[in-house]
Amino acid sequence: MMTDGMDQVRSLAEQKYKYGFITDIEADVAPKGLSEDTIRFISAKKNEPEWLLEWRLRAYRLWLNQVEPRWAKIHHAPIDYQDSYYYSAPKTKDGPKSMDEVDPKLLETYEKLGVPLHERAILAGVAVDAVFDSVSVATTYKGKLEELGIIFMSMSEAVTKHPDLVRRYLGSVVPYSDNYFATLNSAVFTDGSFVYVPPGVHCPMELSTYFRINAANTGQFERTLIIADKGAYVSYLEGCTAPMRDENQLHAAVVELVALDEAQIKYSTVQNWYPGDENGKGGIYNFVTKRGACRGRASRISWTQVETGSAITWKYPSCILQGDDSVGEFYSVAITNNYQQADTGTKMIHIGRNTRSQIISKGISAGHADNTYRGLVRVLPKAEGARNHTQCDSLLIGNHCGAHTAPYIESRNPSARIEHEATTSKISEDQLFYARQRGMSSEEAVSLIVNGFCRDVLQHLPMEFAVEAQKLVGISLEGSVG
Amino acid sequence: MPMATNNEAPLLEIRNLRAKVEGREILKGIDLTIPAGEVHAVMGPNGSGKSTLSYVLAGRDGYEITDGTVLYRGRDLLALKPEERACDGIFLAFQYPVEIPGVTGFNFLKTAVNSVRRHRGESELDAMQFLKLVRKKAADLGVGEEMLKRAVNSGFSGGEKKRYEALQMALLEPRLMILDETDSGLDIDALKVVAEGVTRMRSPERGMLVITHYQRILDYILPDRVHVLAHGQIAQSGGPELAHELERTGYAQYAGQAA
Repeated sequence: MMTDGMDQVRSLAEQKYKYGFITDIEADVAPKGLSEDTIRFISAKKNEPEWLLEWRLRAYRLWLNQVEPRWAKIHHAPIDYQDSYYYSAPKTKDGPKSMDEVDPKLLETYEKLGVPLHERAILAGVAVDAVFDSVSVATTYKGKLEELGIIFMSMSEAVTKHPDLVRRYLGSVVPYSDNYFATLNSAVFTDGSFVYVPPGVHCPMELSTYFRINAANTGQFERTLIIADKGAYVSYLEGCTAPMRDENQLHAAVVELVALDEAQIKYSTVQNWYPGDENGKGGIYNFVTKRGACRGRASRISWTQVETGSAITWKYPSCILQGDDSVGEFYSVAITNNYQQADTGTKMIHIGRNTRSQIISKGISAGHADNTYRGLVRVLPKAEGARNHTQCDSLLIGNHCGAHTAPYIESRNPSARIEHEATTSKISEDQLFYARQRGMSSEEAVSLIVNGFCRDVLQHLPMEFAVEAQKLVGISLEGSVG
Repeated sequence: MPMATNNEAPLLEIRNLRAKVEGREILKGIDLTIPAGEVHAVMGPNGSGKSTLSYVLAGRDGYEITDGTVLYRGRDLLALKPEERACDGIFLAFQYPVEIPGVTGFNFLKTAVNSVRRHRGESELDAMQFLKLVRKKAADLGVGEEMLKRAVNSGFSGGEKKRYEALQMALLEPRLMILDETDSGLDIDALKVVAEGVTRMRSPERGMLVITHYQRILDYILPDRVHVLAHGQIAQSGGPELAHELERTGYAQYAGQAA
């Protein structure tokens, strides 16, 4: 029989997307569609060196002969790559030289998003490299970082100012030939963040980029590159929102991390792209390639992601554990509601000796959503003493959603120790009633239960963002439960 | 907002309450009045509708009310959502407390207490204030701090679960306490601890509905009135002596009645 509790939970799911406003700013756009001309246009706009244009063109020519991957458990109408704009920059006369020159409307947008851009950034101790559509508009906290020799700037700026570093590392973790979406990104990427932390430097603040897709029919193809030199440490947070639009927008980003000897990179994502409406109309297609190379001895890369948005999430932040004693970690919460689809997980490639990896994945599925964990743990012959532990939990809310787990394990070294644990559970009517009988609303109860379920992952987020993430977990599921 | 109440009205007034579960009528015209300050026991054989009565009063989904009224402090109780009833002071101690993996008792209880406080227009307690409150009440009921760090009811013994229910009752300070078969699964020592905790809460403003199959718990929570529930109706009412009588004679005399 139909029950009130379920209905309430369902109506929660229908609550409006909070970040669905559109900023009305004149944009400088490339002609619609994808061709070598588009790529030359982008490259010229950015005054790029010849080698980078060549790199883009090589990627583009390869991409023409590639086919979209079909192995993920996702369904969508064919994407028309010619029906999109590949470059969209807010029109300013000469580009802002300081915060005062930034379009107030932009700043307003960031304010609505809660990005601490102005002095608020300094109060919050967060350095923000804000990407608005394709161009970085403002970078805060630069001075303090410069003193330490830390480079934190937009990718375009880095190409000009630090061409050697960019050239040495760009594509070294995710080559332009890597996969369909990464190749597309290599051809048309417009901006993103670049971070370099010199040897022995412990970056004293969380670095943060706030991605936002604004212009209609614009794909966002940012490319982020983070290098932690020997003994360096950096923690980076990426947050994403996009306005509410009926059509689907493509987001195909690439993130590359490089950790040298004893370096540590912590990369945290809170992804809240527009998920589409309650009938599955609109929403972001999020096809992202994220990979970190633990190149040095005893280096460590840890990915923490909270994925609550997007119509489709296709994303496998991975670690290549090349250096002996290196450590890879993947902590993930993926929440799908209504008609969202997520196929996400990680790859841990053990190459060096005594490499260790840990995977904790929490998938939450509500409404008519499908949520798949797809992971690969591969131990190569020389990875003596490699260890992996995987914990993979799914939580179902209601009777119309799906949770799927596809773990792949390949070991070619007999000394490796690989553990995989998995559970599937459901928020029951009993649990909801119990909590409501103690005075909690359905929403509060669901949020409490789901946050409890995700606790092992959320505790890996930087403190400042953990609280935000907890709220987001509650909000994304408002209206979902059963 | 707390609901407007009529202080002259009885705490709970059930009139001709009929309810169906999955199309089958379980409650067939219940009449029961509990004035503030009194403890009423409802006894009856399995399947007589005891648990249904407690769930209907607490507002659980899946019960179709076909007739009758329930007034709580003079207001229509059946119009309220479960959480509104809880915030207005109705507490159900579950026969089978529900496990909630991953959610620590501390977090669960704090959220519950703050929900109720918010409803009453009181300020929410922060973690430190709550810790102070919960420590005191937990000690009275023999609930260790270690239990508060564990997930709600997860892996608790029968006795631990019931003490945990009593702790929640003490924290939420309800007006009407409904104890659904609280004695089931309890050894005599645990029963004493829980019953003492419940008895401590007796006051002129509070009322209690003790639902039980056995008389045993009524040795520790002394009732003012005892009602026999059989076939979805109150078949007999009397003083505390009725419970002892039932212990001797059993429920056989009510078999076949009011089908």
